[in-house]
Amino acid sequence: MDRKEILNELKKVLVPYVEDKTILQGVTEQTDLIKDLKINSANLVDIIIDAEAQYNIEIDFDAAEKMYNVGNCIDVIAEKINKPA
Amino acid sequence: MSNRVVITGLGVVAPNGTNVSDFLQAIQSGVSGIKHFPEYEDLKFNCQVGGIPVFEWEELRNYISETSLYGLKGKGIAYGIKAALDAWTDAGNEIVSEHPFWDTGCVFGSSVADTDVIKNAINRVDARESKKLGSRVVEQIMNSGVTAYISGRLGLSNKIINNSAACATGTQSIFMGYEYIKYGMAKRMLVGSCEFVDRYVFGGFDSMRVLSRKYNDEPERASRPMSASAGGFVPGSGAGAVVLEDMEYALARGAKIYGEVLGGSTNSGGQRNGGTMTAPSSEGVIRCIQQAISEAGISADRIDLVCGHLTATVADKLEIQNWVKALGRSGDDFPLVNSLKSMIGHSLSAAGSIETVAAILQLKYNFAHPNLNLEDPMPEILDAIGSNNLPTTKVNRQIDIVAKANFGFGDVNACLILSKFN
Repeated sequence: MDRKEILNELKKVLVPYVEDKTILQGVTEQTDLIKDLKINSANLVDIIIDAEAQYNIEIDFDAAEKMYNVGNCIDVIAEKINKPA
Repeated sequence: MSNRVVITGLGVVAPNGTNVSDFLQAIQSGVSGIKHFPEYEDLKFNCQVGGIPVFEWEELRNYISETSLYGLKGKGIAYGIKAALDAWTDAGNEIVSEHPFWDTGCVFGSSVADTDVIKNAINRVDARESKKLGSRVVEQIMNSGVTAYISGRLGLSNKIINNSAACATGTQSIFMGYEYIKYGMAKRMLVGSCEFVDRYVFGGFDSMRVLSRKYNDEPERASRPMSASAGGFVPGSGAGAVVLEDMEYALARGAKIYGEVLGGSTNSGGQRNGGTMTAPSSEGVIRCIQQAISEAGISADRIDLVCGHLTATVADKLEIQNWVKALGRSGDDFPLVNSLKSMIGHSLSAAGSIETVAAILQLKYNFAHPNLNLEDPMPEILDAIGSNNLPTTKVNRQIDIVAKANFGFGDVNACLILSKFN
């Protein structure tokens, strides 16, 4: 799966946690989950749990801490998909 | 410093109506919300009937944000949010506010946190999958979950309290809100309570043999307060909410006023002199009612309607005898008396708030709702107050003052004196 495919899948994971869905259309790798998408910081763990289920991977605490913008999320997910959990 | 406290908003989620206008119509015409549930039969409960609101989960989209609704599983919290926000908008307020309301608080009660959510947590943790619980479990298993959702949505920023006093919870929450306004600590209080009787709480009561078990095939006849054939209560779920306001604050903003809380009281018999964990001390009950009347500054003769606790157990006759002593009135001189539980069952911590909403509606629209299933009043009740004060059909009559009380496990009591606003 390339970065663009991961981004498209990731957007689906983010949907329930973003109040204003229109913002999602303009998501790029630079989009910040909390500042730009206005996601409640407590919900980041839910996004990680959903991403784990979506990609059948395990995201450890250290990796999870890096997932504050969309590009970082794709980095972590891409690395895990290529390395079986 | 003592302020007058008026009622400016109502909200209800009950087994026989999930908004105030449906509920009003249901209590006027005596509509039962009690149904048979195959699930209870399957669980081998003695009581297989209950009162559960016909609740449309999707409706909550109009109440809380979509991200907040996603992941909300607690039914008691959901009922509470709907009732509270309905009361808030009924009082003429908007749901969304940018700023905190420092002068407005919330006392909202519950008895147990939602066990469906707790069960999910238990199963996951025991399966060593705590990592998958996510961020939404704690806020729904904490007892203050319902107040956290309500106050957060509306920006309420005065006292935010979750109270719990078993079956007296709802009446007590309204009394607490009343006191805060009366003594100048808040201008407005959104008060009420919620309950979702899940199978585990239901099972606990079923095992105590205090539930109705002889009318499983005739659910609408199962809840029979004050009846000689009453064989236990029917568990119910739901929520009730009331907006209380400082009278001057309400008048200044031109609010619609349903009535006034004239006085109230909450106490305990101390589990002494006949009072136990499960039974009220008559002395405590009588003192509670008399203190409420005294605080209201009225004579007991002025009470037109008693909205009792009256759950449909053998304790009903003792309750009526206590009211007779507390009011110093008996026979035909006793006020009209009714029990909403004949229509919706006993919704435990939500009983007091749903029944207070019913009491306020009877006050505003001048009627006493019927007691369903009261073909055969207990002889001791007839001895105490006769049959003329036990309406079995709706009675249209001027209702100026209502006494509302509930009594709960732990020998706790709460009583409110409500009046028309003059």
